[in-house]
Amino acid sequence: MPNYILPDFEVERRDDRCIRCRVCERQCANEVHSYDEENDVMLADELKCVGCHRCVALCPTRALKIVKYSGTFRENANWSNQSILEIYKQAESGGVLLSSMGTPNPCPVYFDKILINASQVTNPSIDPLREPMETRVFLGKRPQNIERDETGKLNNNLPPQLELSVPIMFSAMSYGSISYNAHESLARAATELGIYYNTGEGGLHEDFYKYGPNTIVQVASGRFGVHKGYLDVAAAIEIKMGQGAKPGIGGHLPGEKITEDVSRARMIPVGTDAISPAPHHDIYSIEDLRQLVYSLKEATEYKKPVIVKVAAVHNIAAIASGIARSGADIIAIDGFRGGTGAAPTRIRDNVGIPIELALASVDKRLRDEGIRGNVSLVVAGSIRNSADVVKAIALGADACYIGTAALIALGCHLCRTCHLGKCNWGIATQRPDLVKRLNPEIGYKRLVNLVTAWQHEIKELLGGMGINSIEALRGNRLMLRGVGLNEKELEILGIKHAGE
Amino acid sequence: MKRVYVNEKWCLGCRLCEYNCAFANSGEKDMVKALKGKKIYPRIRVDEHDGITFAVSCRHCEDPICVKSCIAGALSKEGDGMVKLDRTKCVGCLTCVLVCPYGAVVQDERGAALKCELCLTNTAGYPACVKGCPNAAIVYEERD
Repeated sequence: MPNYILPDFEVERRDDRCIRCRVCERQCANEVHSYDEENDVMLADELKCVGCHRCVALCPTRALKIVKYSGTFRENANWSNQSILEIYKQAESGGVLLSSMGTPNPCPVYFDKILINASQVTNPSIDPLREPMETRVFLGKRPQNIERDETGKLNNNLPPQLELSVPIMFSAMSYGSISYNAHESLARAATELGIYYNTGEGGLHEDFYKYGPNTIVQVASGRFGVHKGYLDVAAAIEIKMGQGAKPGIGGHLPGEKITEDVSRARMIPVGTDAISPAPHHDIYSIEDLRQLVYSLKEATEYKKPVIVKVAAVHNIAAIASGIARSGADIIAIDGFRGGTGAAPTRIRDNVGIPIELALASVDKRLRDEGIRGNVSLVVAGSIRNSADVVKAIALGADACYIGTAALIALGCHLCRTCHLGKCNWGIATQRPDLVKRLNPEIGYKRLVNLVTAWQHEIKELLGGMGINSIEALRGNRLMLRGVGLNEKELEILGIKHAGE
Repeated sequence: MKRVYVNEKWCLGCRLCEYNCAFANSGEKDMVKALKGKKIYPRIRVDEHDGITFAVSCRHCEDPICVKSCIAGALSKEGDGMVKLDRTKCVGCLTCVLVCPYGAVVQDERGAALKCELCLTNTAGYPACVKGCPNAAIVYEERD
């Protein structure tokens, strides 16, 4: 079959700087670079380049540059190069197109059209360096009423809670989709920061049981790695109904990634494909969901909050309302722009709704129905910086999940080829020679730094608004204004336009 | 004393340490000027076998056999523990290369001996291999 594919990138090598150290060659798992001894030149096979920048980052003389391929098909506003290339790929393979990480398409990012308030003259702003500023939050069901015993003393009827030092957690990323060292980095960082990381649907490696108090374990449609010990060791249990990058479909971890260790954690044979079905085959209604929620609570003696994670889809408000009545303690909503280790391109780029709209409508619906206190809301799906966190909280979230941002902190360069399993940064791979490129000693410090930096920024933003705690910001939509949004968007977001 | 240690678990075999070493000992300010078109003679070398990579440099032994075997008196054990090479005295007999149990002494372009002096005798001031290692596989620390 002829191959019509064009390269995505060009490798520009400044020969006046290249010292032929061949680090690029040794570090490229895609085998782009090679050395021709006879002519003493470095060569590059550009078709193999995924733009991960490992070579650029390690080149000691900065001789390398990866640029967008400048060749093009005949210009056509309707048929982009991308559309044409995708057809060539499918005509060749007959297969579904696969992609990784969040959609790169220019979908609206409402966070960028929302601005934050600050205090001036009539109300004082607060200096977080001089005054206390509380970023701690608790996630879980709030008690509906105060109960007293016969002597008038308060009964402790507080359901189990998660305590977070900052309203940020690391999203579900399974061991298998990411490497052992990436998992270790996340687990150690969560422990040091006083937050939580999430196992994803990959079970829990025995080495990581010691991080249990900062671990959220996931129970998903494939039920991989779920057993009593797994549930018992965790701080909370998450039922995964959906994922923002691929709502409505399941997962598929190819057999090559099911190594000895991964197979043990997932409780499936080595080398077999790990297929998570699209639905939970035992959940066809809120009542069914309630059964699973209570099965998990029963199994863990009602000591741990249960999270239900769903993708942001069209009827998300009604769905969330049902979940809030199912007995779940926390709802996690993953937006359209959320990441993935592999998803069909068409699903990732076309299914779901942006998290900002989903969050605003869910928060409003739960308040209107008087059940907001039943659950905490955690949002995910491309939280890129501390301002996104602050905006999400003002729109009604209790905390945010970060996945992509955490991976970027670990070195991910968003080349979006996780599904190829040859991650040059040691993150989305199980190849031992690549996994070792991520030293968790470095990785966990980078994650701690990132979240600490965001915490400082959140405090600054809160202080500017004259607010001294996250609790006082939650759902405080008066602190937000929209720019360039239409009436309907403002109505759904529940915010005024700038200038109003 | 503080020594350079390599953790094989994190060594990627990228060989940046070799180039950083050669650059640090070149006396040049620019890496391209120092190394472009030249064969390098690093004092740390990555050994590679069967997928295992490991950078090796002078261990600065407590009782260095190279010092004992040097016929020219070019090698000496300094007060701070460092094994130092006086290249003006070296006659290039390479006995030190032969006797070093770690293979950490090498030959330079003139045939004289060459070994790691922890970047304390060049302009780098701190081991360049340690500073430049992308995976913190090489460390410079005090151990018992």
